[in-house]
Amino acid sequence: MSKYIRSIDYSTELVTGSHWSLKVRRGTVMRLSDAFGGANIGMLFYNPENLLERYSAPDTLKCQHTFKLTRGNCLYSDMGRIFASIVEDSLGWHETVSGNSHASHIEEKWGERDYQQDLNDWKQNGHDAFLVELAKYGLNQTDLAANVNWFSKVMVSNEGAMQLEQNYSHAGSHVTLRFEMDTLVLLHTCPHPLDTAASYPQKKVKIELGQAHTLNDDDYCLNFRPENGRGFQNNALHHIGSGI
Amino acid sequence: MLTESNFKSERASCREIVDAGAYYIGVVKAGETFRIVDIEGNQAADTLFFNASNTSERYSAMDTIREQGNVYLTTDSELRSNKNNVMLKVVADTCGRHDTLGGACSTESNTVRYDLEKRCMHACRDSWMLAIAENPGYGISKRDISHNINFFMNVPITTEGGLTFEDGISAPGKYIELRAEIDVIVLISNCPQLNNPCNGYNPTPVEFLVWAAP
Repeated sequence: MSKYIRSIDYSTELVTGSHWSLKVRRGTVMRLSDAFGGANIGMLFYNPENLLERYSAPDTLKCQHTFKLTRGNCLYSDMGRIFASIVEDSLGWHETVSGNSHASHIEEKWGERDYQQDLNDWKQNGHDAFLVELAKYGLNQTDLAANVNWFSKVMVSNEGAMQLEQNYSHAGSHVTLRFEMDTLVLLHTCPHPLDTAASYPQKKVKIELGQAHTLNDDDYCLNFRPENGRGFQNNALHHIGSGI
Repeated sequence: MLTESNFKSERASCREIVDAGAYYIGVVKAGETFRIVDIEGNQAADTLFFNASNTSERYSAMDTIREQGNVYLTTDSELRSNKNNVMLKVVADTCGRHDTLGGACSTESNTVRYDLEKRCMHACRDSWMLAIAENPGYGISKRDISHNINFFMNVPITTEGGLTFEDGISAPGKYIELRAEIDVIVLISNCPQLNNPCNGYNPTPVEFLVWAAP
């Protein structure tokens, strides 16, 4: 399959405006692919054993001295552990600071969300999509943290101005996550909040799940930064006594 | 943008010194203005805001920077909530740039950034944990503790996507002033971090002042 993927055991496709959540086990790989180009996937991570532990964008960025996410980076929880590492990436830049579109953004750009009229083509927004998935686990907006926006590049000028690179991701772009602990994953495929497309995007992403190869001492993510070595040590402490 | 304030310290309705490693928690009413002063310079004040009548609505870094289209906070910045509502507005700033991407230090992130055996060094999130434990009346729990503002901290982002903690651009007496648009709970940890230049390796006190609505 690849240096990191032992098997792909499940595959599905989601169109723009969808949302989903699932618990993945340590050792799972999740490969995300952009079918047509210009897709966005919002994603959040929680520890299913303790939902108070969640993805921390600020810790992820400062621990690795980076503003963008790409191959080699690890996604940290607010408890110093690694939910997942980015083992493959065909793009080079995914952002984690712009948050989600709200209903007001969508309405301003592309008109009101209207299921009655539009059925499956209703213009869902990222914020409400996450609220729905959060509620399934007894969570609410209190638990909403800064999310990852896969396939979206937001650059910052020297003066701090933010800009989304429109259509940065091309058809076939892909990124692979390897989960380093059991993780609750929440995701949506709603448009990036800074998207300026003329109409509500009609994109599609593929999500594949399978088994990762065992991590070796020369692993790229483990050695990408000295901080990641210590993050993996925190994970080892988390799993101590579990026999794996 | 550098802007000064006309408020006089001696006219403030509240003045409190917050030592490094300590916290401040209190309510600022809609229309009131408060100031945080970096008394000795190069000191990070890690700050969170909550809607005083519904603490599940809180300061959101991502909504704030996205809506203003800029990652740094300064005069005229509107601080937004996780519901994308404006909570506060920056009305004066003599420092010029404040960070809201780097987050607060915690004992757990210290293990990753520096050493697993530094897990017991004092950190901002521990100050917040003590603050909410000692002040249960505010109804704030660990779930509410999230992505904050680091007043006076300098975290430049490069066009190539890099991020570093640099020496502060703040100096003795620099301040930031904010006007509350709704009643807000202000929760400040005056940062005790000793492992990076955010406090110039020498954490020092800040002053918190409040003025009534003019």
